[in-house]
Amino acid sequence: MAGSNKIKITPPRWLLAELTYKCPLQCPYCSNPLDYSKHNAEISTEDWKRVLSEARKMGAVQLGFSGGEPLVRPDLPELVKHARDLGYYSNLITSGYGLTEEKILQLKEAGLDHIQVSIQASTQDLNDHIAGTESFQSKKEVARLVKKHGYPMVLCVVIHRENIHQMPEILAMAEELGADYLELANTQYYGWAHANRDLLMPTKEQYEKAEKIAQDFKEKVVDKMKIYYVIPDFHEKRPKACMNGWGTTFLTIAPDGVALPCHSARELPGLDCPNVNDSSISEIWNESKAFNFFRGTEWMKEPCASCDEKEKDFGGCRCQAYLLTGDMHNTDPVCDKSPDNHVIQEAIASARESALSDGEKPLIFRNSKNSKNF
Amino acid sequence: MSINPEQIIHFSPLHRLQWEEAQQKDVILYPEGMVELNQSSAEILKLCDGSRALNDIVADLEEKFSTTGLKNDIIAFLDVALQNGWIKQD
Repeated sequence: MAGSNKIKITPPRWLLAELTYKCPLQCPYCSNPLDYSKHNAEISTEDWKRVLSEARKMGAVQLGFSGGEPLVRPDLPELVKHARDLGYYSNLITSGYGLTEEKILQLKEAGLDHIQVSIQASTQDLNDHIAGTESFQSKKEVARLVKKHGYPMVLCVVIHRENIHQMPEILAMAEELGADYLELANTQYYGWAHANRDLLMPTKEQYEKAEKIAQDFKEKVVDKMKIYYVIPDFHEKRPKACMNGWGTTFLTIAPDGVALPCHSARELPGLDCPNVNDSSISEIWNESKAFNFFRGTEWMKEPCASCDEKEKDFGGCRCQAYLLTGDMHNTDPVCDKSPDNHVIQEAIASARESALSDGEKPLIFRNSKNSKNF
Repeated sequence: MSINPEQIIHFSPLHRLQWEEAQQKDVILYPEGMVELNQSSAEILKLCDGSRALNDIVADLEEKFSTTGLKNDIIAFLDVALQNGWIKQD
């Protein structure tokens, strides 16, 4: 591990506050842990306030209230107000489910800066199927209300094989709703998405067609909508620069107070991720084993160790290396220099075979009942 | 898109300009992003407060820094700011 070396530690800039794992939706690509039902403790309002204060003092400025569904927490307006008083730029990352106009106004008053609403598809049937809950009309209404009350409106659509064919209609819907930002997030295969990968991963032809449509649209709306396109890394030759480097920028706090260098890091073995109940944010960020584990480049194995791009992508994603090769120190197998790159090609082939077969198994929806099986 | 010298300039209601103590600099915050500003860019943007047009901003800055000839640099920066959506004109 790299922590023993003299690496300059940069302060956190982005804090993801996962307030709860509770959620009325059941999206089968959820990034929460598969066994989230085992982690049902939630830290208190006072604990969250302390976390926000300590991280802000260190330099965190972008704040995401996430979950699960953060609206489930009754203290959300109080936490938003505390965040605003501290000078955070705060974002509510929500399904929109249960977000009334009254609540939108209350959060605005408390100082919330923007709201990111997820929509699962461009049609009611598919949206409600993927969400596992009837929610399409209320989400569209929430998007309109967010816009009406002067927030920057950020629409997020997770893209996978069930909705990728709707790309033109998804773009038209974003334009019709007046989105200021549209996040087209190709599914990243962690958590529930990993378990459902064969059923969610589009074919290469589907990706290419959808990306072309999105890129053409991006040019058309350049003056009124900003599009964030999260790439499908399985089809790349180099891995993503995950989290901008481990322990450099991002800090996630899970509902039970566990501090994570990325929101999937809970799945990694032996990190002993610290808890805000036991340590200050400064101790966690600067001194904990988990946050120092993959800092710098000393931990790298070949081919990363001698690679001239190691400062560019940091060896890719540790969680992906672990999930797909069994060793979190390995090069992210997305990299075509990785000796394990075949697992990516096999995953693509397996998903393709599933797509072309008649008898696909059903999606595993994210809910407490299914979570108890993991 | 470029600056209309006749019109008042506002800072975008969808962005926030603020001083960051930890970074010792002004930044622009917006959904999913942050731009770190150098001092001159920050000084220009702070005057985009809905009460001034181009010539007022130039005059104020030239007075503040006891200098002249800033106009072209200010226009160049304001054009960039407008294209990035940081400022608005009606």
